[in-house]
Amino acid sequence: MSLFSFQVPFMPEQASKFAMEVDLFYIALWLLTIGVTVGIVIAIFLFMMKYKRRHNGEIPEQIEGAMVLEITWSVVPLIICIGIFAWGAKLYYEMYSEPKEALEIFVTGKQWMWRAQHPNGQREINTLHVPVGRRVKLTMTSEDVLHSYFIPAFRTKTDVVPGRYTTTWFEATKPGTYHLFCTEYCGTQHSGMIGTVTAMEPGEYQLWLSGGTNEPPAVVGERLFSSLACNTCHTADGKGRGPKLAELYGKQVKLNNGTSVTFDDTYIRESILDPAAKVVENYQVIMPSFRGQVSEEQIAQIIAYLKSIGPKDSGTAAAAPAAAKPAAAKPAAPAKQQ
Amino acid sequence: MATEVMAQAEESQTNYLNASHTVKSWLLTLDHKRIGLLYLFSISIFFAIGGIYASLIRLELITPQGDLMSAETYNRVFTMHGVMMIFFFLIPSIPATLGNFLLPLMLGAKDVAFPRLNLLSWYVFMVGAILMLITIMSGGVDTGWTFYPPYSSIYSNTQVTLAGVSIFITGFSSILTGLNFMVTIHTMRAPGLTWFRLPLFVWAHYATSLIQVLGTPVIAITVLALGFERTLQIGIFDPKLGGDPVLFQHMFWFYSHPAVYIMIIPSMGVISELIANMTRKKVFGYHFVAFSSLAIAVFGFLVWGHHMFTSSQSMYAGMVFSLITYAVAIPSAIKTFNWTATIFKGSVSYDTPMIYALAFIGLFTIGGMTGLFLAALGLDVHLHDTYFVVAHFHYVMVGGAIIGYLGGLHFWWPKMTGRMYPEIWGRISAAIIFLGFNLTFFPQFIVGYLGMPRRYHAYVPEYQVWHILSTAGASLLAIGFIMPVLYLAWSLKYGEKAGDNPWMAAGLEWETSSPPPTENFTYQPVIDHDAYEFEHVKEIKEAAAKEAALQTA
Amino acid sequence: MADHAAHVPGLAHHFVSMEQQKEAGTIGMWLFLLTEVMFFGGLFLAYTIYRAKYPDGFLQGSHLLSVPLGGLNTVVLIVSSLTMAMAVYYSQLGERKKLLGFLTLTLILGTVFLVVKYFEYAEKFQHNLFPAYWTYNPAADHPPTQYHGQVQVFLWIYFMMTGLHALHMIIGIGLLLVIMFMAHRGKFTKEYNSPVEIFGLYWHFVDIVWIFLFPLLYLTGFHVGGGH
Repeated sequence: MSLFSFQVPFMPEQASKFAMEVDLFYIALWLLTIGVTVGIVIAIFLFMMKYKRRHNGEIPEQIEGAMVLEITWSVVPLIICIGIFAWGAKLYYEMYSEPKEALEIFVTGKQWMWRAQHPNGQREINTLHVPVGRRVKLTMTSEDVLHSYFIPAFRTKTDVVPGRYTTTWFEATKPGTYHLFCTEYCGTQHSGMIGTVTAMEPGEYQLWLSGGTNEPPAVVGERLFSSLACNTCHTADGKGRGPKLAELYGKQVKLNNGTSVTFDDTYIRESILDPAAKVVENYQVIMPSFRGQVSEEQIAQIIAYLKSIGPKDSGTAAAAPAAAKPAAAKPAAPAKQQ
Repeated sequence: MATEVMAQAEESQTNYLNASHTVKSWLLTLDHKRIGLLYLFSISIFFAIGGIYASLIRLELITPQGDLMSAETYNRVFTMHGVMMIFFFLIPSIPATLGNFLLPLMLGAKDVAFPRLNLLSWYVFMVGAILMLITIMSGGVDTGWTFYPPYSSIYSNTQVTLAGVSIFITGFSSILTGLNFMVTIHTMRAPGLTWFRLPLFVWAHYATSLIQVLGTPVIAITVLALGFERTLQIGIFDPKLGGDPVLFQHMFWFYSHPAVYIMIIPSMGVISELIANMTRKKVFGYHFVAFSSLAIAVFGFLVWGHHMFTSSQSMYAGMVFSLITYAVAIPSAIKTFNWTATIFKGSVSYDTPMIYALAFIGLFTIGGMTGLFLAALGLDVHLHDTYFVVAHFHYVMVGGAIIGYLGGLHFWWPKMTGRMYPEIWGRISAAIIFLGFNLTFFPQFIVGYLGMPRRYHAYVPEYQVWHILSTAGASLLAIGFIMPVLYLAWSLKYGEKAGDNPWMAAGLEWETSSPPPTENFTYQPVIDHDAYEFEHVKEIKEAAAKEAALQTA
Repeated sequence: MADHAAHVPGLAHHFVSMEQQKEAGTIGMWLFLLTEVMFFGGLFLAYTIYRAKYPDGFLQGSHLLSVPLGGLNTVVLIVSSLTMAMAVYYSQLGERKKLLGFLTLTLILGTVFLVVKYFEYAEKFQHNLFPAYWTYNPAADHPPTQYHGQVQVFLWIYFMMTGLHALHMIIGIGLLLVIMFMAHRGKFTKEYNSPVEIFGLYWHFVDIVWIFLFPLLYLTGFHVGGGH
């Protein structure tokens, strides 16, 4: 039996590092609930039987109250509640804090399917393959309405929101196949927006990963950078109509209104869709919007490319050597100035 | 006995029911008691409609496949179930029926402060309800009762705007009732009736009215904004136009969380009355119970984000909301302990209202404590939007609010109608409701933790056994709910005539005839004692004197 | 029976005394105004959030509004609150003619406000600035700005807030006409004048909402001496 799990009837398998603690918490709360309920019910039954009305004219002794009791049964539940709060908050903090050195997978939800894209370009629909024993972070967005990515066996869930990225992370502990459910009502086929999450031993995961013929997103992104003519303004020598984007990922950029912003995923995506929102200092507002011309996946691929040509120390697993091979990823020749 | 003679005398006496029989006298009444009955009649119909939708849901969910109806239909069915039950049954239920009927009586007043506004609130309610019925007949809405955009603003092709208009209008009914009650309680108490001599039912309605008045306008503006978004695409909630879908969730829950306290606090007020009178004891810790209603109302406005822990809301905001949610739980716990302590050393009757009160305590405890599970951030991540949530809120809204409503209906039935219901049927249906309810909803805790999401029309086969249990329970529950409709209606004609105070209860409402005259009292009540002073109940004194006489004889 | 005392004109039969009736009416109106605060509050919340998110768009949007016209309207409403207060004062003294006079002035001022508002809205519609998908096209008459998406957000907030406010003005004028009719009929005396005072509360509230709207919407980035 794995150190990280125990099977209890009426509960899903424990397949992530979070699961055991969540289940313990759950059981503890049921014990509390049953304890309190049974206590109150027994008290009531006893009182009902012992103090049954014996005759019509009976008036029992009136008891106004007892301050000691009131304080006790206010303070004790309060302390218990604060304890419950603290445990819940601690778990939540772990679940929602940025995981270090996580394998990043990009997920898009749309009516009514899930698409996932792995760092090496491997893609899948309605399934998610992850390695066991490794932190995995999902960066997610929706193309249309609200969705939510729920893996009961991992005890994780985060809403998937259009117009922004949300993240969730977990570390699978047990190989197996688990349910994946959309849990934010999203229209007609909401109950059909389900799939499976398959956790595999690391070796098998690598095998699965390379089974695809897909290119790494950074390579696709580089092609897009040229086919969409980004490179005609964002020239490699920095003398074009747009700022140079190499060596920039993760750095601070000064805007034309005096504030500055980090050149990160969110800013890149916003600049592609709404370029006038934040404009770099000393540049004109002439970049057209690509809304409707690029999909969320393509945006992610462009981001992967820009990461891969970013400052050398800002690379994450996504820009690992296996992905963007420098030889194949030679930037397109700078276009002539016009 | 004196009470029997009085009962016969009252047969020929004018009361609010026989004062006039014309339709016009009912539809244009300014009498709060008649308005209470108008509401009682209408919300019963809407409850039946909501109940039919519930039956359809449970029937579909017997099998894992979506085989009874199409997904589109199912989505409309669960939405309309929620909308009917929340806006057209639960929110008005106790305040508009029992509250309207009893508040002036309990205060020793002739009517509420604004009788015409009271009638207007019923008409506004009916206009909103008719618009919702039209919505249903035009195919209903399929967004869930929570109407989240962008689905509701852009993608749904159902009558979202019409439903929004209906809810906007119905909200005014709630505001008018709340406003009326607050002013009535402030200004129309009988001489000597100070705040801390008020029955706890009145305190509960004051707290509820506070929420109605402050919270409902926010759902109004939210629904208005959604309507403009949907019809004009102005871009409030649409990320493609610079808007934020999560803003809707904040605005929506800012009302809808306090709304659940509108549904439960009046029920708690009823339970206080039932327990005090059925055990002939002052409610233990009266001041604590009174203030706890206010505390719930106030804190209830500060916790809306606990519906949004997984929505991409900031983690730190989540922690604040979670902590305050636990603070809200404490006043409810205080009430529960105080009620239990009231029964201690009481003189306990086993009549139907007491059975309902006890059922409330048990079921509300479970419902409330499962709320603690959901308030726990790390656990809510797993439980959010699963059937665990569905089970939790049905425990508090049905096991809590509706059970309290039924208990109150039985308790005050003789006062409202002048007739007693048949006690044996009261107890049988209470038992059936209790059993049916638990069988319906307890399995849902289990299947929710297993991962069954809400609003699913079809599900994975391993969840089926729980759904079968749940539907079996629902069938029993349906029978349990139908029975009171039948025997209460029967009692109107054939029920035993009730005297002024068949329960020998304490309270101003019991010091006038059953049913009361239109002006409530034939004298000006003056109060010189606290609530629940059983020494002042003349029926008890008479019974005690009779027993003493028999003993010495 | 104690409650069948001599009929006091204007006293509703379920109230025990005139004081009780007046107290009830006043508390009722204050509570209603509280609901109005919550109602407008939702929009103020949206304003706050979106202004923090799009400060430049809001600045540009605000420049589309006419400060002189908005300022005129502000003065008009403040004066109308003054005339309303005078009307209440004279109702308490039982002076019918002065009461009617000040009510009429209030009516005129309220109408002026709405007329100015009409012209402001008409101008916006003419320039395709109403943010509905079939009319919104600011580029038609203005050079395209880099913030036009944000300006749209400002505009819907502007229209919703001032539109809701204008609706409340229209309702207020309707109620004012009712009060004037009652005054004309001599319904108000020294003893019974609370409807005037209670209506006054509503009128002042609508005025106060505008006093918040004006700086938030019109004066964003406004500098005396032409900083526009």
